[in-house]
Amino acid sequence: MSAPPPLLSVERLTMRFGGLLAIDDLSLDVAARKITGVIGPNGAGKTTFFNCLTGFYKPTVGSVRLNHPQRGVLRLEQLASHQVARSAQVVRTFQNIRLFPQMTVLENLIVAQHNALQHASRFSLAGLLGLPGYRRAEAAAMDKAVGWLQRLGLLDKADTAAGALPYGMQRRIEIARALCVDPLLLCLDEPAAGLNPRESSELNELLKHLASVEGIAILLIEHDMSVVMNVSDHICVLNYGRKIAEGTPADIQKDPNVIKAYLGEEDADELRADEMRTDAPTDPEAVR
Amino acid sequence: MAALVLAQHSTSPAERLKDAAAVAFIALLLGIPMIGLTTVDQGGALRIATRWPTLCIFVGVCFAGRLLLRYAIDRLRARKQARERSAVSAPTVDQATSPLLTWIGWAALGISVALPMLFSENRYVVDTATTVLIYVMLGWGLNVVVGLAGLLDLGYVAFYAVGAYTYGLLSTQFGWGFWQALPLAGAVAASFGILLGWPTLRLRGDYLAIVTLGFGEIIRIILVNWTELSGGPNGIASIPRPSFFGLPFKPPGDDPTFASFFGLEFSTNHRIVFLYYLILALALLTNLFVSRMRKLPIGRAWEAIREDEIACKAMGINARNVKLSAFAIGAMLGGFAGVFFAARQGFISPESFTFNESAIILAIVVLGGMGSQLGVVLASLVLVLLPELGRDFAEYRMLLFGAAMILIMIWKPGGILSHREPTLRYRADGGRR
Repeated sequence: MSAPPPLLSVERLTMRFGGLLAIDDLSLDVAARKITGVIGPNGAGKTTFFNCLTGFYKPTVGSVRLNHPQRGVLRLEQLASHQVARSAQVVRTFQNIRLFPQMTVLENLIVAQHNALQHASRFSLAGLLGLPGYRRAEAAAMDKAVGWLQRLGLLDKADTAAGALPYGMQRRIEIARALCVDPLLLCLDEPAAGLNPRESSELNELLKHLASVEGIAILLIEHDMSVVMNVSDHICVLNYGRKIAEGTPADIQKDPNVIKAYLGEEDADELRADEMRTDAPTDPEAVR
Repeated sequence: MAALVLAQHSTSPAERLKDAAAVAFIALLLGIPMIGLTTVDQGGALRIATRWPTLCIFVGVCFAGRLLLRYAIDRLRARKQARERSAVSAPTVDQATSPLLTWIGWAALGISVALPMLFSENRYVVDTATTVLIYVMLGWGLNVVVGLAGLLDLGYVAFYAVGAYTYGLLSTQFGWGFWQALPLAGAVAASFGILLGWPTLRLRGDYLAIVTLGFGEIIRIILVNWTELSGGPNGIASIPRPSFFGLPFKPPGDDPTFASFFGLEFSTNHRIVFLYYLILALALLTNLFVSRMRKLPIGRAWEAIREDEIACKAMGINARNVKLSAFAIGAMLGGFAGVFFAARQGFISPESFTFNESAIILAIVVLGGMGSQLGVVLASLVLVLLPELGRDFAEYRMLLFGAAMILIMIWKPGGILSHREPTLRYRADGGRR
C-alpha cells in the first residue's frame, strides 16, 4: 500500500441473495495506475463483486467510493449501471463476451463513445443537419477508435461484423470497446479465458501498458495464473465471498489459506506455488 | 413415430421407402374410419358402406407424396450444404453495398415518381399505389422500433390512430389545415409513444409485445366508446382534404381552385394524383430522416440496444432514454401517416385501426428484413398487392396471402433483404469514410 489515496475503496461490502451470502464483508482498496487481481475458486463471488461495483447489483450493505480526479468522491453503489460508466468512468467487460455481434468492430467502438457523440450531436439536431461541430466530434471518435484498434492489432477487421470473428479477437474487441469509454478504472472479468498462450502473453503486455503508460487502473478477475501472477501489483483472494488473503503476487503464492482454498486441506503440503498454474486452462468457467 | 421426424442426415433410398411405408401405414389407420367407412341413407335407415378403392388411392397418394417430399428435402439439403461449403472458401467479409440493391432502390424511386403520369387515367392504380405508400411509410416508422431498436411492438396502429384522430378533430372542430395539423399530430403521437414507453420499457421481448398489443386495443376501445370525443363507432366524417398551397381541389366556384388557377379542366383525378405525390414526398422524407438517424449516435445506440442491452449499460448508455426515443420517433412517424390517412379518406372510424393493421405493418417489417429500408418497400408491395391481385380468388385470397408469407419465411428467414449495411466504415476511400 502506497501513500497516495486509493482510487477506489470498497468498505464492508456485503451482497446477499436470499439465504446466500455471495459477498461477505469485503473491504478492498484499488490503487490508481496499478493492476489489482481478484482471484478465487469458482463461485467465490468475484463476478458478483464486479456487478456490485458497476451498478448492476445494489449491494445489501457497504460502500464503494471512487476518488474521481475531477468530480470528487462518487458513491458507486448509489449509481445506476450506465452512470457508473458515464460519470465515474468505471468500465467493465463481461465473462461471457457481450459485443454487439451484428455491428462492425468499428461501430462497436463508436457506440462506446455514445455519450460524447450524442452531446455533440445536440440530441441529433446538429447531427441531422450535419453541422461542423458534430462532424468534428465524429472524426475525433473515429480517430480514437482507430487508435485503439491499431494498438490491439484489430485494424484490418474494423469493418467486419464483431460476431463473425474468432473468440480471442472478440475478447480483445471487448477490451478495446471498454477503452473507448475513457476508463479511470477498467474491470476485466476473465479477459484471458479461452485465449491461447501467445494471445495471453500479448494480453499481459497490453495490461501492463495500460496501467503504466495510459494510467488506467485495472481490476482483474482471472483464473489464468500466468496472467494474474505476472501482471498484478496487488492480489486479493476471495473464497465463499470472503477475502481470505491480500498482498503481492509473491505473498499470495506462499499464503497457506490460499493454497488450502485452491487445493483443499490434504493436498496443501504438496503444493508448490507454480502448481497453481495448472488450474487455469481446464477451468470450466473459462468456456462460459 | 421417430421415422416421421425429418432426419438431419440425408437418407438412402431404402430408408426413404421405409419412412414412406410408415407414413402410409398411419394414413391407412386414419383412413379406415374416415375414408374406408361411410354412412349411406338407405330407405330412412343409416347403413355403413365401405369404400376400399378410395382408401387404397388415399394411402397410395400418401406413400408417393411422402417419398417425393423426402427426396425433395434431401436434394435441397444437399444443395444447401454444397453452397455453404463453397461460401466458406469465398471471402465474406467487408462486402460493400450490392450495386444491384442501390439500382433497385433508384429504379423504385423512378417508377414511383412516373407512375401517376403513366396511369393518369387509371384511378385504381394510383389509389392502390397510394395505399402501398402509406404502408411503406408505416413500415419505415415501425422499422425504427422493431427493426433498429429491437422492441417488439404489436400495437403500432394506436399511433396511426392517434395521428388520424388528432387531425380529424383539429380540422373538424377547430378548422385547422393539413399542414398546420401535421406537426402537432406528430407531436401528440410521439407523446403517446412516450406515455406507452415510460412504464413498459423495463419489459422485454414477449412481455413488451403483450403490453403494446393491449395498448393498441385500449386506444381503439377508447375511440369506440368515448362518443363525445371521437364520435364512437360512427367515427369522424367530412374531414377536409389537403389543399395545394391553399388551392382546393373543387369544381370551379367563386374562390380560385387548383384547376382554375392553373387553367386546367376540373378533374377528380387531380386530387388523387396530388394525394399520391403528397404521400410519396412524406414517405421519402421519412426514409431520409430514418436513414440519417440510423447513422447518428442515437441510431447506433438503437441498434446496440437491440444487440445487447446490458453491454449498452456498461458503456454508459442510458438504455431507457434510448428506447423511449425509438418509441417516440416511431410513434411520430406513425402519427404523420395517420394524418395523411385521415386527410385522404375524409372519414375515419375505429374500424380502420384494428389489430389486423398492426399485424400487417409488423409483417411488412419482418418480411422486408428487420432494419432494411428497401426491404420494407418490397414487403409492402407484396402484402398490399397480393390481396388486391387475389380478388379474383375471392375467399381463397387470404389463404394465398398466408402461403406467400410462409414461403418468404422459408426461402429467406431473415426477410427479403437481411443484409445489414454498416453505419460507417473505416475503409471506404483509403482511410476516412
